[in-house]
Amino acid sequence: MLLEFWDAIKLLSNLDSGLAEIVLLTIYVSGSAVLLAALLGIPAGTWLGMQKQGKVKGLTRLVYTLMGLPPVVGGLIIYLLIRRQGLLGTFGFLYTPTAMIMAQFLLATPIVIGMTSVAVRSKGKNIHETLVSLGARKGLILRSIIWEARYGILGAVIAGFGRVVAEVGAVMMVGGNIEGKTRVMTTTIVLETRKGNFDFALALGLILLIVSFIFNVILYQIQQGGASDDE
Amino acid sequence: MMNEILKIKGLKKSYGKRTVLSVKELSIEKGSVMAIIGPSGAGKSTLLRIINRLETPSAGEIVYFGDTKLTDQSGNIELQRKMTMVFQKPTLLDRSVYDNIAFGLKARKFEKVEIEKRVISALQTIGLLELKDQKARTLSGGEAQRVAFARALVLDPEIILLDEPTANLDPANVGMLEALIRKINLEKGTTVVIVTHNLLQAKRLATHVAFFYDGNLLEYGDMHRVLDDPIKDKTRDFVEGRMIY
Repeated sequence: MLLEFWDAIKLLSNLDSGLAEIVLLTIYVSGSAVLLAALLGIPAGTWLGMQKQGKVKGLTRLVYTLMGLPPVVGGLIIYLLIRRQGLLGTFGFLYTPTAMIMAQFLLATPIVIGMTSVAVRSKGKNIHETLVSLGARKGLILRSIIWEARYGILGAVIAGFGRVVAEVGAVMMVGGNIEGKTRVMTTTIVLETRKGNFDFALALGLILLIVSFIFNVILYQIQQGGASDDE
Repeated sequence: MMNEILKIKGLKKSYGKRTVLSVKELSIEKGSVMAIIGPSGAGKSTLLRIINRLETPSAGEIVYFGDTKLTDQSGNIELQRKMTMVFQKPTLLDRSVYDNIAFGLKARKFEKVEIEKRVISALQTIGLLELKDQKARTLSGGEAQRVAFARALVLDPEIILLDEPTANLDPANVGMLEALIRKINLEKGTTVVIVTHNLLQAKRLATHVAFFYDGNLLEYGDMHRVLDDPIKDKTRDFVEGRMIY
């Protein structure tokens, strides 16, 4: 194990272009999926979190259930949509990075919505009432609630990224693990492990961790930025 | 009643079959200090929340400022901006003390210079000028409530609604906030509606008193009349300390 770990470190220091391509594609696919999931999931989760709990009970349960959607099921749903006979078959998405983004978006969005709604619900009511009584308009109230719940929302985005960057089933199913085209880190790790190239697989695992770390650092920096009270 | 700033008629709030508030009629005079008193669960806070449009009544109406009839939560931000509320447990935003107090002024798009003038003056009034750059969430309970007061007062509202604002405070903070309530009422003519359990506080501050019991407004009128010579037996039991709640 230690030997493989050392070989992995050595491999990292001689990052070849093939490996760099895999890393960049992983960042592109998972980053795009999480960005899209955040764009939809943060407003949707904020809305859900601001509703009376009884009114959105069914919807909340559905979101919580989808948070645990198995990646292969997510992959299957997207596969059925984009295969040649599928609803989106004419676009030719199958076995492309776009298909992988779609699959990961499907997995990340319920997590962002669910965790955002919890973060907003825990802060929202008191802040909402306080800001209404201070004469704030709806837009400012919404922005302020999102800002106050930012730590929880940030956690939602990080959890969403963690889920998709580490999954292998969905991207394998809709991406096909085609070298130079749809091969990402997780699918490569599976492939290299099967081939017995443990040092290479381990090196990719380390890179995956580093990517995740950098992503978290960037989000933390964003979180430290200011919010405006101006309407 | 002449010069009434709030007139409540046939107001009801129900949850399912349970009516938690019923007010046939209640007038609040401009420039008065109305103390809403009564045991727990009497509907006092619900009334305040409906006046501030945080809750929608099931029936009835409130006439604001003699002409604006509004009982729902939709629209009319200008009406909302003529009043403000201080809650029993203040919710401060995760930013500096200064920014918390400035929030409502920024929402109203006041000039930066005017915002600074008002906020600094309010900070001096509540004795927290040295804490202006401190994170509001690091304040003690008393300091936080003083900031919540300052945040409301800088807006120069026509009506200020206070929901048991001194319930959890030490005597020094209670004294300071009561002095502040008297000051804005006397100097600016701000109408004050205060929910309180504390009869002595009602006597110290109020010009008028409304007594609520089990969701119903039993009687209201001049403070001395209601507290010293109540008409209803329940009111008498309450003011003479015979009502256990």
